[in-house]
Amino acid sequence: MKLKLGAWVTAVVAVAVFFAAAYAISGGPSKPVPSPLAGVYLGKGTKCVAPLSVMRRYHMQFLLHQRFLTVHDGIRTKRFLLTNCVDCHADPKTQSVLGKHGFCASCHEYAAVRIDCFSCHSSHPESTGANSVMALAPTNSRIAEMVKETEITQLQSDPVVASNEH
Amino acid sequence: MSIDRRQFLAVGGSVVASMALAPGLRLIALAEARNPDQGVTNLKRWGILVDTTRCAQGCSACVTACNKENGLQQDVRLDIRPQWIRTVTLRDEQTGYVQTLPMMCQHCEDPPCVDVCPTGASFRRADGIVLVDRHICIGCRYCMMACPYKARSFVHENLHDQLPDIPRGKGTVEACTMCVQRVDAGKIPACVEACNYDGGKAMTFGDMKDPTSEIAKRLATEPSEEIRPQLALDTGVRYQGL
Repeated sequence: MKLKLGAWVTAVVAVAVFFAAAYAISGGPSKPVPSPLAGVYLGKGTKCVAPLSVMRRYHMQFLLHQRFLTVHDGIRTKRFLLTNCVDCHADPKTQSVLGKHGFCASCHEYAAVRIDCFSCHSSHPESTGANSVMALAPTNSRIAEMVKETEITQLQSDPVVASNEH
Repeated sequence: MSIDRRQFLAVGGSVVASMALAPGLRLIALAEARNPDQGVTNLKRWGILVDTTRCAQGCSACVTACNKENGLQQDVRLDIRPQWIRTVTLRDEQTGYVQTLPMMCQHCEDPPCVDVCPTGASFRRADGIVLVDRHICIGCRYCMMACPYKARSFVHENLHDQLPDIPRGKGTVEACTMCVQRVDAGKIPACVEACNYDGGKAMTFGDMKDPTSEIAKRLATEPSEEIRPQLALDTGVRYQGL
């Protein structure tokens, strides 16, 4: 019994020392969290197609939904089209969303999420698009509906995004 | 959006009236200039009519245009080079008569490639264009075996510099898409455009369900045939002068 108590005390002390050391090494709370977006070209426009918090959390779902609409139903409205993302977010220097400071690659590398979009899709912006006609199209009502739905239902039920929003 | 009973009857009545005015004569052209946020419907069926008598030997305008439009790289080994359209030369053994015709995905109404696909990647779009959803294609190549027209290709090697509108990648099957990105933008397929510009004006593209379209008129008044008609696939690509 005595031996067990001693082991407990040692363990607690060891954990405390570990956290103290970690705190000391990290330089305390004042040091900024390393950001994957340092030096990254963010995009041509001032606003993304949806609020930032929504895009950060749900862009993969928008792309997944849009890819079905585009391939199977031929709906090529620009809002969540991958080519539209690339057109805006591609770095003008490299003409790409990939590479060290690429908009997609930098963040995904930081998050250790390997995406395979660009093994098939072009990472370069569209110079002369066959879809340019679609740029004049009215806002996609179906997708707008979806976004609205996402904002209302999912965001409210999602603690992470809800805490960011409010 | 909700409509009340009165609006529903008014809209419904006008639709019925426009359709019933006379066969072939409609006040409202159905599905004309599709709204971009509406999906494709089966009110249209895209098709190509090829007049092989106008298809000159040695002409490969359609093939060149297809390769350019879809970014099919030519620096790939010949035996594994993807081919969406090819010219086929036929020779009558008895008479020696030689003719050339373009051969590509025939965009069947009942496509065997769709029947055999284990994942649902091979599908027929509502407007008759047969496509591969390469997001869910696992590269098993059953569809290549099933296709009676040898129309599909497998991408064996890593690709680079794909065109923005035509994503293509290793490990998936691909074929003629009837230039779906152009059709969705209201244009005609690259092969047809090239044939009418550089070639012998042998190809006609259009909506086979629209009785006022050139292709529908010609199909109704001139003889045409599908290749391998015994398979009863009801192809969207039809030929004349075989």
